[in-house]
Amino acid sequence: MNDQQQNLWQFMSMESDKLLSQTFQHIGLTFISLLLAVGIGLPLGIFIARKRRWSGLVLGVAGVLQTVPSIALLGFMIPVLGIGAKPAIVALLIYALLPIIRNTYTGIIGIDRSITESAKSLGMSRSQMLFKVELPLAMPVILAGIRTATVINVGVATLASYIAAGGLGEFIFGGISLNNSNMILAGAIPAALLAIVLDTLLALIQKMNVRKLRKALVAFPVLVILLSAFYILPSAYGSALTAGFTPEFMGRQDGDLGLKSAYGLKIRTVVISDAVMYKAAYSKALDVISGYSTDGRLKAFDLKILRDDKGIFPPYYAAPIVSEKALHKFPELESTLNLLAGKITDSVMTELNYRTDYLHQSPARVARDFLIREKLYRSPKQAGAETVKIGSKIFGEQYILAEIYSMLIRGYTRYGVETKTGLGGTKICFDALTNNQIDFYPEYTGTGLLAILKPDGKTIAAITGDKDKTYKYVQQEFLKKYQIKWLKPIGFNNSYALMMRQKQSKELNVNTITELKNHLDKN
Amino acid sequence: MIELNGVTKTFGSVNAVNEVSFKVAEKENLVLLGTSGCGKTTTLKMINRLIEPDAGEILMNGQPVSSQRPETLRRNIGYVMQHIGLFPHYTVEENIAVVPRLLKWEQDKIKSRVADLIAKLHLPENVLQLFPAELSGGQQQRVGLARALAADPPVLLMDEPFGALDNVTRSSIQKEFLELQELQQKTIVMVTHDVEEAFILGDRICLMDKGSIVQMGSPKQLLFDPVNHFARSFLDSQRLALEFKVVTLYDIWKSLPDDRAKGNYNITVDTSVWHAMEKLRSGEFSELQVVSPEGKTKTFNLEHLVRAFNQYKTSGSYE
Repeated sequence: MNDQQQNLWQFMSMESDKLLSQTFQHIGLTFISLLLAVGIGLPLGIFIARKRRWSGLVLGVAGVLQTVPSIALLGFMIPVLGIGAKPAIVALLIYALLPIIRNTYTGIIGIDRSITESAKSLGMSRSQMLFKVELPLAMPVILAGIRTATVINVGVATLASYIAAGGLGEFIFGGISLNNSNMILAGAIPAALLAIVLDTLLALIQKMNVRKLRKALVAFPVLVILLSAFYILPSAYGSALTAGFTPEFMGRQDGDLGLKSAYGLKIRTVVISDAVMYKAAYSKALDVISGYSTDGRLKAFDLKILRDDKGIFPPYYAAPIVSEKALHKFPELESTLNLLAGKITDSVMTELNYRTDYLHQSPARVARDFLIREKLYRSPKQAGAETVKIGSKIFGEQYILAEIYSMLIRGYTRYGVETKTGLGGTKICFDALTNNQIDFYPEYTGTGLLAILKPDGKTIAAITGDKDKTYKYVQQEFLKKYQIKWLKPIGFNNSYALMMRQKQSKELNVNTITELKNHLDKN
Repeated sequence: MIELNGVTKTFGSVNAVNEVSFKVAEKENLVLLGTSGCGKTTTLKMINRLIEPDAGEILMNGQPVSSQRPETLRRNIGYVMQHIGLFPHYTVEENIAVVPRLLKWEQDKIKSRVADLIAKLHLPENVLQLFPAELSGGQQQRVGLARALAADPPVLLMDEPFGALDNVTRSSIQKEFLELQELQQKTIVMVTHDVEEAFILGDRICLMDKGSIVQMGSPKQLLFDPVNHFARSFLDSQRLALEFKVVTLYDIWKSLPDDRAKGNYNITVDTSVWHAMEKLRSGEFSELQVVSPEGKTKTFNLEHLVRAFNQYKTSGSYE
């Protein structure tokens, strides 16, 4: 435990710059949205307290908005407001609205009728009544609403990092993808502290007696505006282009860290979820993104991969891995599977992915079309008694590969085929294979190396620069350790890659990461 | 000063106030008396436009109130109600100063006016910086009255002003109310369901039932000349005590025996029969001496007093 804490402390002091700027962003996001929510919620609350028949509708709509899951809300915002601070602030504002409207409303209608009547009878105008009587008396309740909204916002603001608005969520979600608890805690602890501190502060204001409250009421807006300004402060170094990287990529040696150390790449970077990253690049909100080299969206959004000329991204060449037992049991299997060797290049795989992910064609249809085009398709033979069990992981590319293999086996052999698709992650597939629940599945060299074999850093550094060395290494080790054989690579490499829009890449004449660096340094 | 002509107000299907007309003279104190729901409070609130009438006209100094901005109108009409409605977030001083501030009086003038009022209303000076919640019910009601009087409005509307007080506090405030010089200069319309209060404080009483006026007149007229069964029965439970309280020695002067001997206690001619009886019944004095405004002197005992009162009642000369 002690060791763990020390590590956390070390991590936090090492990353103190980032931590500070993320905390500032977090506070800024929270308070800008709070300020806007008060600006909208307070008048709305006053309005429905005056015209009560509107109260059901207004509170109902605010209530429905409150129940929209935060991720979904952020998702809805992107087509309208793009990525970054704007949609995040709007989403946070929407969450803060309900407690503020509702408390303003209840605060005002909860005032003793005799007090409002006496205010009226003394000859106060509507606005005098509002500012001299209703708002001051409703203030403790309104402040309670603002307090609730603040705490909600501190929490929801962590999600802002999904859409490149920064905040402590960058550490939290980066840490989750990288399975790095220090990183998670470095984001989660300050976020929790922030919520506690702000809640306590507002509780103090709320408990002040009416006399002091008047002064506090002046101080409060000033404070909120000051805190809002935090968001504008940290815009460290600007650059001509903007990069959007996933939280995972940000924390990996074969990711942003490698880009910095191997290439010396200096680019303004925002953290963003991969669900919206490609679209953001397409809509010019981002210029450079960290994607996967065979992702179908590469084609859908007309993006170009920048060549990794210094080889920092380890190769992820795909090949079927088969248990020795299955090779004995099905003598024709190896030659059949090898029919596909070298046939699918990066661009072919990207296109196949594009057809399933983006055009929503079925993997079976995509597989059949591909085999016919490659003149590999044969109609299925009468199946014999023996059945080959094919596994696949739970994403599109693997479904297509499983279909292709299934068609090849049916067409070229008399084996029956049973596919077990969607076996979750690497670990589930691999365990199924070693337990003979499946006979083979398509795996990637990088995954085999980093996720299954996990050799020491030196070995990794020595072989990952070269795809053949990596392949040879995993082939040998798998055979030795698990009696599993790597067949010939299919041809494509599904690794991390930096991407730009085709058009921009041409205009700037940037084709490799080094060229990107040079371009950035010049401008 | 204040004139209502055929004022009518309905809430939904309920006829709250039905064709009510009356006049209140300057410096007069008119009491609207009736059970709850008789329309007296609605009538009162229509005068300062807290409620707008459906039909009829309300004039103040000959001007229809509907022609003035409600805020301006209300700043010139003091309003006191049962649930005082002091602002809990204002000190006593700030509460009293509300209307002068709205009228943009100068600070010094406001300060001296506030000091003046709390002295007149027998409030200790240290209450000024307190909040309403820190005051007793009686003190709160006095502050409410001070707030209504702060800008020295010519007209005062009072809605059950002493209704929330206990009996002892109520009678002492009522007494102060009668003695307060400033209030004697005001035209007052007061609402109450308390018959005794109406008779103690009202110059005239307007008895209302189901939104209409049943009878309007002096306390004596209501007591001795009720227009119908309702008017009579409304007062029946307290009739005897009220009669003794309303009739003064001056009223029964001619039925009192002439001066026979020197009485040992002098009382004034405007003393009520009730008060004189209390003196005689206490056993302290067997006879009382009273001097008329013309300087004549009469002496009487309890027996004389009761006989004279009965003669007065049967004579019907109570105008």
